[in-house]
Amino acid sequence: MDSLLNIIIALLGPDAVRDDDHYPASVPSFLVPRERFIEAARGMKQAGSRLVAEWATDERNMEITLPFKGRDRSVLREVEGVGMGYGIYTCFSLDSEYIIINCRIPVDDPTFPSLTRKFVPASRFERQMRSLMGVIPVGHPDPRPWIKHEDWPEDAYPLRKDFDPSRPMPRVKGEYLWIRAEGEGVYEIAVGPVHAGIIEPGHFRFQAVGEDILHLEERLGYVHKGIEKRFESLSWLDGARLSGRVSGDTTVAHALTYCRALEAMTGCIIPERASWLRALMLERERIANHLGDIGAICNDVAFAFLLYQFSILRETMLRTNDKLFGHRFMMDRVIPGGVSIDITTEGKEDILREADRIKQDFERLVITYDENPSLEDRVRDAGVLSTEDARELGVVGFVARASGIGLDCRVQNPFPPYDRIIPKMTVLNSGDIHARVWVRIEEIRESIRIIYEILEGIPEGNIIGRFDPPSKECTGFAVVEGWRGEIVYWLQSGPNGEVNRCMVRDPSSVNWLALELAIHGNIVPDFPVCNKSFNQSYSGNDL
Amino acid sequence: MLKILHQIFRTGIVTEPLPQEVEEEIKVVSQALEEAVRRRFHGSLTIRAVDAGSCNACELELHAMNNPIYNCERFGIHFTASPRFADMLLVTGPATRNMEIALKRTYNAMPPPKLVVAVGDCGCDGGIFGEGYAALGGIGKVLRVDAYIKGCPPKPADLLKGILGVIS
Repeated sequence: MDSLLNIIIALLGPDAVRDDDHYPASVPSFLVPRERFIEAARGMKQAGSRLVAEWATDERNMEITLPFKGRDRSVLREVEGVGMGYGIYTCFSLDSEYIIINCRIPVDDPTFPSLTRKFVPASRFERQMRSLMGVIPVGHPDPRPWIKHEDWPEDAYPLRKDFDPSRPMPRVKGEYLWIRAEGEGVYEIAVGPVHAGIIEPGHFRFQAVGEDILHLEERLGYVHKGIEKRFESLSWLDGARLSGRVSGDTTVAHALTYCRALEAMTGCIIPERASWLRALMLERERIANHLGDIGAICNDVAFAFLLYQFSILRETMLRTNDKLFGHRFMMDRVIPGGVSIDITTEGKEDILREADRIKQDFERLVITYDENPSLEDRVRDAGVLSTEDARELGVVGFVARASGIGLDCRVQNPFPPYDRIIPKMTVLNSGDIHARVWVRIEEIRESIRIIYEILEGIPEGNIIGRFDPPSKECTGFAVVEGWRGEIVYWLQSGPNGEVNRCMVRDPSSVNWLALELAIHGNIVPDFPVCNKSFNQSYSGNDL
Repeated sequence: MLKILHQIFRTGIVTEPLPQEVEEEIKVVSQALEEAVRRRFHGSLTIRAVDAGSCNACELELHAMNNPIYNCERFGIHFTASPRFADMLLVTGPATRNMEIALKRTYNAMPPPKLVVAVGDCGCDGGIFGEGYAALGGIGKVLRVDAYIKGCPPKPADLLKGILGVIS
């Protein structure tokens, strides 16, 4: 099997220009002419890769020659005279390899060929690019806005540089065109944005016959805070704090991905101890969230006993976090250059003691989960996401692993100590609620083992290295396996090293679509538990 | 079934009269809270929580208030799905433009008298999300707020304390 890098070189030859100011070098970034963009995507599809992310940039203020000095300028011919125009970026991945392919499009004709018919996840990515950057995916089957609600002015494109984010957005008249189902006995259930429980807002619209769901359509964007735009007005250091608030339940993993992308583009070397401490926090975050969610899933099928039991274990971990790291969720503890807090010998012992206790209680609760027929009846064969669908949608994280796809950045793209302490990946094939629960049960076990090993092998030394913000135009990329799955950040600095663009892709951005598919053929009362078994982030999706 | 019963008895009651780290303070809070709920709300304070753009960390701590350790129901505090039954609207997030209308509608659906509490640093003034086209810069920009609970996110004990502050 050929690497994606070789495929793109063989396919486009000199038309694919490698960007030398993109870091890390292990993830190559290629500029291709717009008219060959689709050809490159086709090559990626044929190689069996998945579309990781697709995003747009406003590079009108970027210096045209900088990244491509001395190169054949014909690839830039379309944007002559207006800086770099708009950039259209795609990221593809196959096994452990990632590649970025991008093209530039002129300001007076901001169109690019849609990839939606080749890659399903492009559907929402491109709707979002159109909504927020005003670049037009030609051939996209769905012209409706995404994240941008219908009462925004048509020409409000927040991610463009000439958009003033401090101005309040006026409201205009508009209507969202829902997909309709008609026929005898078909009715509609509209839910949200304010839901029954203490959860994030989003709108779900079901078409149902009796109890059977014919179709579910999600409409999100309610918690759109303008995070990507906000990054552009903050310093690189403050950006780390903001990234820790993209999705509060994943604060460590988000801040870590941001920092790794930033450290890659600035050549910042972090001390080894810091890297191990980051992994320690990442695993603690994983365990705490898995514990809470498994309990909540049981509660959604009226088995409150396990909710309470699991929430005690979760609370135990959060308190230890507070004691050792000074924050229950360890917010702002991962910073550019390393971490802001070290653990002491007593801290180590606290964690070990806690791990022993949690392991014991946890195993007892797992037996209760496993042996309860009424629970089993609800979680097996419900909310099934088939392997084919999962692959087609490009899902990531535990959702992918429960549907037969072995993706885990800790295994495929490890940072220390994961190069030494290799996580065992649990991959199940049934794709139902139970599979998603069981993958997470196995991951708790595995994370506890990893924590033991980290504490045993953690090297001594500093916890923070020297960090200098970028001073020129360059881009950085990083992926980290948060508890939900692969998190992607792509950062771009402008001519003076300022933040030009910060692209965030939470696992939820691709996994939300999977819920729409998995719910087909299920009954309406099973929706809450199906939804909970995916537990996607609204905030991480809406940004 | 035996295993479940066994586990229930083994666990016992874990509800803490007070989290150790803020022992004295919270002891006072929980007693005062119970008293205030009993006196002012006939023993039951019903809360409708709305996320108006939070990063979801505040929601996690609101959930924690319900866990067996904090067990806010013992004070007569419970969360309701319907705003029609709510005495208090607990709002998180910087108030996003896309949630503004839904938030107002939820508020309007509540019977007066009603209390509004803004939760979290961004609920108070927009926090790190600031004020702009998408985030309006705090719940106070949309509704009249009776009390603010600061923190990013506020801990469950802080939430209990904040709720006490507004009802006493």
